[in-house]
Amino acid sequence: MLNSSLKQMSAALRAKKISSVELTNLYLGRIAAHNPVYNAYITTDAAISLAQAKAADELLAKGQAQPLTGIPVAQKDIFCAKGWRTTCGSKMLSDFIAPYDAHVIEQFNHAGAVNLGKTNMDEFAMGSSNETSYFGPVRNPWNQNSVPGGSSGGAASAVAARLCAAATGTDTGGSIRQPAALCGITGIKPTYGTVSRYGMIAFASSLDQAGPMARSAEDCALMLNVMTGFDERDSTSLPREKEDYARDLNLPLAGLRIGLPKEFFAEGLSPDVAARVEDAIAEYRKLGAVTVDISLPNSRLAVPVYYVLAPAEASSNLSRYDGVRYGYRAPEYTDLADMYEKSRAQGFGAEVKRRIMIGTYVLSHGYYDAYYLQAQKIRRLIAQDFADAFKQCDVIMGPTSPSTAFRLGEKNDDPVQMYLSDIYTIAVNLAGLPGMSVPCGFDSNGMPAGLQIIGNYFEEARMLNIAHQYQLATDWHSRSPVKETP
Amino acid sequence: MSLSIADVQKVAHLARLAMNNAEIEAAKSQLSGIFELIEEMQSVDTKGIEPMSHAQDLSQRLREDKVTETDQRGLFQSIAPQVESGLYLVPQVIE
Amino acid sequence: MTWETIIGLEVHTQLSTCSKIFSGAPTEYGAEPNTQADAVSIALPGVLPVLNKGAVERAIRFGLAIGAHIAPRSVFARKNYFYPDLPKGYQISQFDLPVVGMGALKIQVEPLSGSSNGPGKTYEKVVRITRAHLEEDAGKSVHGASQGMTGVDLNRAGTPLLEIVSEPDMRSAAEAVAYAKALHTLVRWIGISDGNMQEGSFRCDVNVSVRHKGEPLGTRREIKNLNSFKFMQQAIDYEVQWQIDTIESGGKIQQATVLFNPDTGETRAMRSKEEAHDYRYFPDPDLLPLDISEEWKEQMRATLPELPEARHTRYMDQYTLTAYDASMLTSSRDMADFFDTCVSVAGPANAKLAANWIIGEVSAQLNRDGLEITQCPVSPLQLSSMLIRIADNTISNSGAKEVFRTLWSEGGDADVIIEAKGLRQVSDTGAIEALVDGIIAANADKVAEYRAGKDKLFGFFVGLAMKASKGKANPGQLNEVLQKKLAG
Repeated sequence: MLNSSLKQMSAALRAKKISSVELTNLYLGRIAAHNPVYNAYITTDAAISLAQAKAADELLAKGQAQPLTGIPVAQKDIFCAKGWRTTCGSKMLSDFIAPYDAHVIEQFNHAGAVNLGKTNMDEFAMGSSNETSYFGPVRNPWNQNSVPGGSSGGAASAVAARLCAAATGTDTGGSIRQPAALCGITGIKPTYGTVSRYGMIAFASSLDQAGPMARSAEDCALMLNVMTGFDERDSTSLPREKEDYARDLNLPLAGLRIGLPKEFFAEGLSPDVAARVEDAIAEYRKLGAVTVDISLPNSRLAVPVYYVLAPAEASSNLSRYDGVRYGYRAPEYTDLADMYEKSRAQGFGAEVKRRIMIGTYVLSHGYYDAYYLQAQKIRRLIAQDFADAFKQCDVIMGPTSPSTAFRLGEKNDDPVQMYLSDIYTIAVNLAGLPGMSVPCGFDSNGMPAGLQIIGNYFEEARMLNIAHQYQLATDWHSRSPVKETP
Repeated sequence: MSLSIADVQKVAHLARLAMNNAEIEAAKSQLSGIFELIEEMQSVDTKGIEPMSHAQDLSQRLREDKVTETDQRGLFQSIAPQVESGLYLVPQVIE
Repeated sequence: MTWETIIGLEVHTQLSTCSKIFSGAPTEYGAEPNTQADAVSIALPGVLPVLNKGAVERAIRFGLAIGAHIAPRSVFARKNYFYPDLPKGYQISQFDLPVVGMGALKIQVEPLSGSSNGPGKTYEKVVRITRAHLEEDAGKSVHGASQGMTGVDLNRAGTPLLEIVSEPDMRSAAEAVAYAKALHTLVRWIGISDGNMQEGSFRCDVNVSVRHKGEPLGTRREIKNLNSFKFMQQAIDYEVQWQIDTIESGGKIQQATVLFNPDTGETRAMRSKEEAHDYRYFPDPDLLPLDISEEWKEQMRATLPELPEARHTRYMDQYTLTAYDASMLTSSRDMADFFDTCVSVAGPANAKLAANWIIGEVSAQLNRDGLEITQCPVSPLQLSSMLIRIADNTISNSGAKEVFRTLWSEGGDADVIIEAKGLRQVSDTGAIEALVDGIIAANADKVAEYRAGKDKLFGFFVGLAMKASKGKANPGQLNEVLQKKLAG
């Protein structure tokens, strides 16, 4: 069952081969056994999960099941879920019991899915290794001394280690795609505005977008069907009709034009990853696709632009954590100013504070034009590069991450090196485009590599089709780090 | 570009982050490294380029002027650090 | 050398929507603390703002009313600072692209009694309004809520405000007050705010500086949160004198935010905001640009009533009212509507009479009973039928006062009251002549004295004649007949 697709699981549930309570217990058991090692979950609550499973079984019995009814899904701890501790990986919210549901959580509840628990993440989604979490680092199931990537590292680790059927993630600069690549799973960040941000704790509002992380493109399509949808409570939510992201999975790829940006295959890319990505592209040619050499000339500026815009928005988004209405308040202080400064200094970790300081600086008097405004202008140039590229090709492909998973602690002392692990993913967020990562093989140490697929706006169904056809032709996505039998 | 100690102190204060001297010193060198990366942007001529704030060029949707929310003070204040008589308490504010 | 005072105003007017600007929480005044503070108002993690259409409509109405440019696209920005009553750590406001651009307001400036710098005579002035922008209000700090602690009530947080910023066009406390009053009238007139100053629906920040005429602008100090016109006048007077005294005694004015203490009549600098502001404004990524189409603007224009300025002009042109009368009648839309109804019933010829009664007796009685014109016990219809009876000489002015008192306390119809109380005045010339003849005959000695030059006795004869007519003689006619007959 652990290696079954969501479609197979759903069929088994409908056929009463297994109940949702049994399936949930199976995963809860695995979490109890393995989470102490992987640290993929911050919070589990068996009572709530099993109550939801029981409700799902009733729906199944009544024949009212939807595709994900009864399926145990792990939720990134960035989504507010009523009655659940929702920490965002921070000491600041370590005791925060969310008093309401995020739109994404509501959608899963309506679908009858089971919330298996809240997954670990970099604090406030700021990080590429999951080492900034107040709740400790997450380990990569392929090698426990390696990072799972971040910020949705707990989700990626949980999916790879078979500690959930599928998971949700969020992606501001690569936080779904990079950990998906490093843990050998499939993840998609849809077009900005497709999934409501309501109840998703904000990092950088103009870039944040939620998406699924699962074992295959097909699973991602089913997850995305639940997660997307217009929400009037989010002003940036796009008023579009609901669509079935699985509708095109089986279309042939003949004639598909794949753009290969030369900037994605330049210096800085590890040879192992480059080779695996080339292999994948060769596979696509076999499937009937043609490749086109393209250029994204401004993509080299994506990292600097991102490290102006995202911290600027974050510095403002995180001002609400002041110890007044909820969250951490320092135990001792002399006056109001002292309470603010101590609560925030003690409640936030080093990386979060670093980004708050960058953001505060670039917005402050006298620097706004040189940094923030300049970054917004280059953001437009970057988006324009993609628009130009999509005149020549249907999708863009390249590596998701410049290397496979690095060792825990390896990049801790050098924030700049850490920031560069998102060099290929960030531009996609700046443009608001959909991007995904698909497992495409392993390096010489047996660590997974990811192929990034970037589509034009609202092309998620096409991208999932492209990924699915590859996964029909290859088996990288079904390799498992889990050796023991359940 | 490198930041001065005074820059870091000013930013820490604006962001309400208590920092001791060692932390300020460490932040100074890390932030300076990050700003070196950021400085790459300055080489680009962006004259006449419209700044991009949002991924999609759309206009704000408007909500009808209707009351949709009910009182949830009890629930909301159950997670507050300090409340009394329905008020959130903070150290005395001096005007 | 003469000193010149330079004043600019920033007025925060609370818009009369039933829900908040970015959420569906109610905006009613006076609720239990934090019972109207929803998830958005208390800035829970993950919540997002969605703009209230009603707030935008009100901003458009205001912009059109002051002849301003309505921005086809305006942008919401975050103003970042930490304060306990500001739950997000930033206020959503508008910065470089406000919804309402440059407009103007014509004001009638009256001299203020007790103001040292008030001019002598009523005059007209145009004050330019730089901009008006939408923003959210903050919550309230309740000082001394608990021992050594401040309480925070976020019911008001997120209430829609229109911040109206004037150019520094005012030169005296009188002008500042006249502008504030005109603005206060306007926002209520066009129905965008209840203007309730006690409840904080109309708050004024006044920027004051002084300079020698012809010299560059001096450093300004901002008097925050004035919520009465009387305090505004007192605060400006005090502040101007303080600034002049400070400079004349060799000091320099430091830019500062000050508070007015109504108990002492003094202003003092705030302690909490000593640091230089660095609000780090940037466009709010949670909100998209606000687009206002030409079509929407015209729809809003069609709903605007005739504005106070237009009515003021019309009253002077059409009814030849004085500027003072026109100002009084246009001090509120209800007052002007009351007057218009009276004129439509009593006829334009009686407009001046109606104005006199409304500004005089009606206002005085309303004032005495603490009523608004909309609560006036005498309806415009009732008042008009009485005015018609004054105009056609059926009743005298004193008779009219009696009728009015009865209408006020008991209601009814003017004609019925006139008959019931026998207030119809005698306008029959024959009857008055007979009455006067009788008096002349009975007072030959006084008549002789009068004719010998003792003019003061005229009043004596009027008194006698009125008494003889039981007060019903038409005073005009009586005067005329008396004068003729006494002349001999």
